[in-house]
Amino acid sequence: MFIIKCPYCGERDHNEFSYGGEAHLVRPKQPTELSDDQWAEYLFMRKNIKGLQYERWNHSHGCRRWFNAARDTSNDKIHSVYKIGEKPTK
Amino acid sequence: MKKKYSIFSLIKNSFSYHENWQRAWRDPEPKKEYDAIIVGGGGHGLATAYYLAKEHNLKNIAVVEKGWIGGGNTGRNTTIIRSNYLWDASAGLYDHALKIWENLSQELNYNVMFSQRGVMNLAHNQHDVRELKRRTHANRLNGIDCEWLNVEQVKKFCPIINCSPNIRYPVMGSTLQRRAGTARHDAVAWGYARGADGMGVDIIQNCEVNGIKRNKDSIEGIETTKGFIKTKKVGVVAAGHSSVIANMAGLRLPLESKPLQALVSEPIKPIIDTVVMSNAVHAYVSQSDKGELVIGAGTDSYISYTQKGTHEVIEGTLKAILELYPIFSRLRMLRQWGGVVDICPDASPIISKTSIKGLYFNCGWGTGGFKATPGSGHLFAHTIAKDEPHILNAAFNINRFVSGDLVDEHGAAAVAH
Ligand SMILES: Cc1cc2nc3c(=O)[nH]c(=O)nc-3n(C[C@H](O)[C@H](O)[C@H](O)COP(=O)(O)OP(=O)(O)OC[C@H]3O[C@@H](n4cnc5c(N)ncnc54)[C@H](O)[C@@H]3O)c2cc1C
Ligand SMILES: [Zn+2]
Repeated sequence: MFIIKCPYCGERDHNEFSYGGEAHLVRPKQPTELSDDQWAEYLFMRKNIKGLQYERWNHSHGCRRWFNAARDTSNDKIHSVYKIGEKPTK
Repeated sequence: MKKKYSIFSLIKNSFSYHENWQRAWRDPEPKKEYDAIIVGGGGHGLATAYYLAKEHNLKNIAVVEKGWIGGGNTGRNTTIIRSNYLWDASAGLYDHALKIWENLSQELNYNVMFSQRGVMNLAHNQHDVRELKRRTHANRLNGIDCEWLNVEQVKKFCPIINCSPNIRYPVMGSTLQRRAGTARHDAVAWGYARGADGMGVDIIQNCEVNGIKRNKDSIEGIETTKGFIKTKKVGVVAAGHSSVIANMAGLRLPLESKPLQALVSEPIKPIIDTVVMSNAVHAYVSQSDKGELVIGAGTDSYISYTQKGTHEVIEGTLKAILELYPIFSRLRMLRQWGGVVDICPDASPIISKTSIKGLYFNCGWGTGGFKATPGSGHLFAHTIAKDEPHILNAAFNINRFVSGDLVDEHGAAAVAH
């Protein structure tokens, strides 16, 4: 149980949000040129970090906007939130 | 050699007030080098070491565990054992395990309390009915026992289920696998540990692996809190922490680790003599020998290594339990806990070699690997010893995420377990 600070709405209980997994996975620009290995990397392989992880959340029961968070997965502490397209502050 | 457990040894030891039982396993310091090292002393890791020693004649083996053996998901799960999976590859894998369970207490000379009390999977809508009937047929074609029960038969088999057509998710039928059931989680870890130790396997507890030493394409050893240990073969069976260890070796796995919870009620007299699962309303329940109801909840949606989960998940599960079993409404819950489960995109495990020679992974069992413990250990031992998969785990290689040949068990596993 934790509180997430939506960059648009402020602090809300985490169950107002949906999880979007690891952030900053860039969709390949030239899909036709990709090898099977590269596709597997993009589609399936994840860092699944124990520690500070950059991830996506959607405020699905609120403003319904996507944003990013930097959260420590070993204690669920959120270090910062930032908008899509922005760089994490730390 | 281990002294055999029997009624006679019980009587004999009662004369010395049970103070002189032989240790079930030793507590050795790590040697400098092993032929193979298993990382993770859960049921799967200990079973792997047991079969490596027993069937592949490898004697210089260690199991390295960061905490105490069986303290991970092995000791945290709701112990449901069944093999009624949809696809051929899964049916082969899980029924292989179920067959070993049927004789495991004798084989290990350790009572794992395997109880074939049957597992029901309830259907609550037309889609469930079709899906579960399809699975019943698929199971039978694979030689796995499975029956379809209509609502009257459900009521007869498990009378406390609320079969009223007026509830939010009415019961429309159920599958039943009679050979399925439960076992005692700790006993499985302890039985395999005792058996492996008896064949010379070193079980090293309180020893965390924090580095994998490799050269370009093969393994040289592991770094641990008790120092460096040399080896050419490392089998990783670390459940929720598999990705953490893969990252040490510079590998990526298709896993996400999430909290999964369970809870037990205060003990009551026998009231439910089978296991009832419902994927649609997401609740399942059985009763332990102590009389507690053992209730499984779902995973949280986000990655977390905290070994706890959120309150909403429990609340959702208990709502469903109360609608299906109004008779439980006055029960108090005694304990709640969580584990960290490693989930694969296709809800099937990975028992596989990797791109690094001598490094093997057995992971991705997610929410439902307890049932597979003996089979998983058996097949992983084969894979490590022969450096190639057994026919039963060939489909569960890591390359399936590159080839696209997935074993998509979301239908059959759905909620899990
Ligand atoms: C609440 C809950 C309910 C479940 N219910 C069921 C069920 O009803 N039926 C079913 O079939 N399955 C169920 N499961 C899933 C099942 O528990 C697991 O799939 C199975 O127990 C995994 O066994 P294991 O031996 O691989 O993992 P574990 O028992 O978790 O063992 C892995 C071990 O690796 C150790 N480890 C991790 N990192 C390191 C390191 N760096 N160095 C050394 N050691 C390390 C850990 O301490 C741990 O002891 C459930 C799981 C949970 C959490
Ligand atoms: Zn918002």
